[in-house]
Amino acid sequence: MYAFEYHRPSSIKEAASLARKLADAKLIAGGQSMVPALKLRLARPTAMIDLNDLPELRGISVVGTNVVIGALTRHAEVAASKDVLMTLPVLAKVAAGIGDHQVRNMGTLGGAIANNDPAADYPAALLGLGATVTTNKRDIPADKFFTGMYETALKPGEIIASVSFPMAKRAAYIKFRNPASRFALVGVFVSETAGNVRVAVTGAAPCVFRVKNMEKALASKFAPEAIARIRVPADNLNSDLHAGAEYRSHLITVLAQRAVEAALSGK
Amino acid sequence: MGIPVSMTVNGKAVAAEIEPRTLLAQFLREHLRLTGTHVGCDTGQCGACTIHLNGRAVKACNLLTAQAQGAQIVTIEGVAAANGELHPMQAAFRQHHGLQCGFCTPGMVMAALDLVKRQPNPTEDAIRAGLDGNLCRCTGYHNIVKAVQTGAAAMKG
Repeated sequence: MYAFEYHRPSSIKEAASLARKLADAKLIAGGQSMVPALKLRLARPTAMIDLNDLPELRGISVVGTNVVIGALTRHAEVAASKDVLMTLPVLAKVAAGIGDHQVRNMGTLGGAIANNDPAADYPAALLGLGATVTTNKRDIPADKFFTGMYETALKPGEIIASVSFPMAKRAAYIKFRNPASRFALVGVFVSETAGNVRVAVTGAAPCVFRVKNMEKALASKFAPEAIARIRVPADNLNSDLHAGAEYRSHLITVLAQRAVEAALSGK
Repeated sequence: MGIPVSMTVNGKAVAAEIEPRTLLAQFLREHLRLTGTHVGCDTGQCGACTIHLNGRAVKACNLLTAQAQGAQIVTIEGVAAANGELHPMQAAFRQHHGLQCGFCTPGMVMAALDLVKRQPNPTEDAIRAGLDGNLCRCTGYHNIVKAVQTGAAAMKG
């Protein structure tokens, strides 16, 4: 790991100003992806800005028909939250399936979506529910937030404050884990909210994406057989030592059907 | 450039000036000489470095020391009683031969204690799922599961 300066701001304003001022600075929340990236020298920031002294970024609240989760809220807190389990249980399930228990005790929602790992779980939940990301500057719909591999719409000095998830009539997330890394080889999130159906896929391509022809088919009939013949072409999917693009394409259709089944059974 | 850090480790206040890139596992082992926290993979996967940070199990090789500023830390050295008597979970590992080479054991015990705090009566499945972040290279999982069940029961008694 290369050396870096360390800053621990005590307000969002100070953190944002440091992030704007310091070239090649990185924000750190839980650090569960950041610290390994530093060790491998995949990330070589000259400065780290630690957000852990900003309690205003933490917490879970139910606001109308939305569940609002602070960016610094840890995965284990979301997984165990009574509010989340009561109002949007699928989100607790997503959080409970990230990494392992120790990782969930440190890793944060804001960190996970800012990193936008191609195989991360939370991006599928945000896109699959049509969530809204609130930063210190603006609101960004999930559809505009995830822009590419490890890329987001965040600008320098922009810090995620919270994410607002609309409650779903029904929803489910099914992932097929790589047996070694436990990351999603493919993960499919399906939801139905007030007549609006969404299907989001993670792990299969450089960035999380929606499958609009599946959404259309499910909007007219929310049943597994409605999408049994819909395939996402393998052309733009990932092919690596873990799985080929054709296999990932196949998995998307299978997992999407299982997700619809799970959403219907409420499990 | 050094930065000051302070925290409580096994009930004792500690303060030091460290390089910002110092990992918590490194700080515990090399600065505080608490070598019971093992570094197995150094990539956040094996869990041998598991410690408790403010009561939650975390991987010390996957944290900057600075992230633990002001925290309450417990390592494997802080688990047994002051007179050296083993904690019921440690005693259960010994009783069930829940260790072979013993390298993963400190992390297993720390993860098991966090698990039992959340689930006082864990089933075998719950133990296996709860220890997902801990690898035993001797593959001695069967006795580890038995040890955690016995340890959990003893902790209630």
